Amino acid sequence: MSSVSATPRVRRIQPSRRRVRLDLRELWAYRELLFFLIWRDVKVKYKQTAFGAAWAIIVPLVSTVVFTLVLHRGLHLKPEYKVPYPLFVFTAMLPWTYFTACLSASSTSIVGNQSLITKVFFPRLIIPLGSVVAPVIDFLCAFTVLVGMFLWYGRTPHWHAIGIPFFLGMALLTAFGVGLWLSALNVRYRDVPYAVPFLTTIWFFVTPILWGITAVKPRTQTLLALNPMTGVIDGFRWAVLGKGLPHYGIYLESLGIGLAITLSGLWYFKRVERYFADLI
Amino acid sequence: MFAVRAHDLGKQYRLGEQHSAIDTLRDHLAHGLRTLVRGRTKRETIWALRDVSFEVSEGEVLGIIGRNGAGKTTLLRLLSRITEPTAGYADIRGRVGSLLEVGTGFHAELTGRENIFLNGAILGMRRAEIARKFDEIVDFAGIEKFLDTPVKRYSSGMTVRLAFSVAAHLEPEILLVDEVLAVGDAEFQKRCLGKMESYGQSGRTVLFVSHSMPTMARLCPRLILLDSGRLIEDGPAEHVIGRYLHGDLGTSAHRVWRDATAAPGDDWARLRSARVVDAGGAVADVLDVSEPVGIEIAFDLLRREAVFPWIDVVDEGGALVFSALDTNPVWSEPREPGRYVATAWIPEHLLNEGTLHVTVSVKSALLGRKPWRHAEVESALTFQVVERAGPTARGEFSGRISGPVRPLLRWTSEAVGAQEEDAPLLARRPSD
Repeated sequence: MSSVSATPRVRRIQPSRRRVRLDLRELWAYRELLFFLIWRDVKVKYKQTAFGAAWAIIVPLVSTVVFTLVLHRGLHLKPEYKVPYPLFVFTAMLPWTYFTACLSASSTSIVGNQSLITKVFFPRLIIPLGSVVAPVIDFLCAFTVLVGMFLWYGRTPHWHAIGIPFFLGMALLTAFGVGLWLSALNVRYRDVPYAVPFLTTIWFFVTPILWGITAVKPRTQTLLALNPMTGVIDGFRWAVLGKGLPHYGIYLESLGIGLAITLSGLWYFKRVERYFADLI
Repeated sequence: MFAVRAHDLGKQYRLGEQHSAIDTLRDHLAHGLRTLVRGRTKRETIWALRDVSFEVSEGEVLGIIGRNGAGKTTLLRLLSRITEPTAGYADIRGRVGSLLEVGTGFHAELTGRENIFLNGAILGMRRAEIARKFDEIVDFAGIEKFLDTPVKRYSSGMTVRLAFSVAAHLEPEILLVDEVLAVGDAEFQKRCLGKMESYGQSGRTVLFVSHSMPTMARLCPRLILLDSGRLIEDGPAEHVIGRYLHGDLGTSAHRVWRDATAAPGDDWARLRSARVVDAGGAVADVLDVSEPVGIEIAFDLLRREAVFPWIDVVDEGGALVFSALDTNPVWSEPREPGRYVATAWIPEHLLNEGTLHVTVSVKSALLGRKPWRHAEVESALTFQVVERAGPTARGEFSGRISGPVRPLLRWTSEAVGAQEEDAPLLARRPSD
């Protein structure tokens, strides 16, 4: 006999009241469904769009060009690490584009999969999880452009580059945490899709993307690092372009906040997921 | 040994929550504010399922019957863990696969091949398992030629066949099946039934919901009957079907809404009663094929408005037999508030034998849009059409006659000559 999960032989179905249990074993048992849902999203996206994977490159690239013209040439904003401004901004745009793609995908993910939620059982967590894994593919596509820019500017990567996966992981963690909150809230309050673009716009300006964190006073840096994306962007930039010592304090602070968002998101999501099928 | 054991299982919904309750943050804030001002208002609730207890042994095939809204689907949703019970518990021994809908998660942009894998995974199959059964699935659906065509180019029949084939190859220890066999053409339905039958014989536990009593009687030795969320009968199939069709559920051919404020409807019109009547005007829940069937609707019109009564007749498989509205020109002008009674007469020798459900409604026409439903009660009435005797469309034929309608047609025929090349092929008419 086959199919479904490796659950205990007798399962009791009863009101869970306020108990919250993170059933990692069950989540693991459904890993193939997670894979198929990601595969579906990626496949459908590339089948439906005319530019397909090119979008993953166009967005950060065009933004970089515009920011360079307006902010660097026009307003004389300075990059850190004495690197060309386009490289400086593009490096930050990579994790940022990934992050915003995650937010817009995960915020509508539960409602968008309504037909699945109301007709089949599976751990609901795999839906927002899938929404933050699928955009990694776009990230990797865009990463090739970064490699191209390195060649163009005649640069060689530093050993810091080993930090890239770590900071990508941190971006994923943060996006997952925020996505958990947004996807679950959206089931009850359909305001969420309207709030997300606004949220990301504000977030963009409080994150050191167009400017470097070293441009502000250390006290302000500590304040800015409360934004978990500050640590992600600053760390990613150090890993790709950096010289000198990494800003451990900032990374740690941002990571802590990111973890807190994810843990609280998990708690909220697990608490309300049992009503999803009734509310959608 | 039990496979499923439910103990006082109950599910409560807040009114209006069950389907779509899209409340925005604003609604929530407004509600909170009202609560502050007026004190806590009790939200109306409804028990979709209440105190349901039963046990299913391993390898047993159990059928669940009841009228629409009796709680059948809710029960399957609880057992498959899609939603959580409000009270009681159920113990499940073994892995559960549920089939509440055919084609859940099908994506129109993906090809048949891709959808088989996606849908299989959604239903709980492992990739290796799908790969192993792939040829069988394709074969059962009969879509070899279209495997690499996106499903959006499929006919609806092909989509349904493919979807059902995937589902039919699911092999959990406990299978929960909602009314899903009422799809596809007759030939395919027959194959699906065969598949379901072999399920039962293979020692798997099956919980099965259907409106088709012949199907239930054939597949399930034991049935449970739900009514308004409660389990009211549990026993051998014939016995439970008998109670469902003729028993003491109160007649389902007569509904009255006594409370004018709670009667189904809105600020324009509210339904007050609905009856199935025979030619003499008496309530009847069993009518002969040779009798006309009257569907009588009484409603209160609360505001001056041009409304009209409307009925939808649905067969036991859930398929719409026909919809009809009262086309009398009196309804096209706004009418004064008051009570109105309208009766639709379905002619004799039109409906086939079987169980029929009637949805009654009061609508008004909005120019260029879909009619506006003021009041509607789905499956408000149920009646049986039987055949006792007399000249019917059956004639000397004694087999089962299929189809939702069975009109007694006027046939003409004549002998036009010898069986030769030049014998006429057309009937002679007076004008010829």
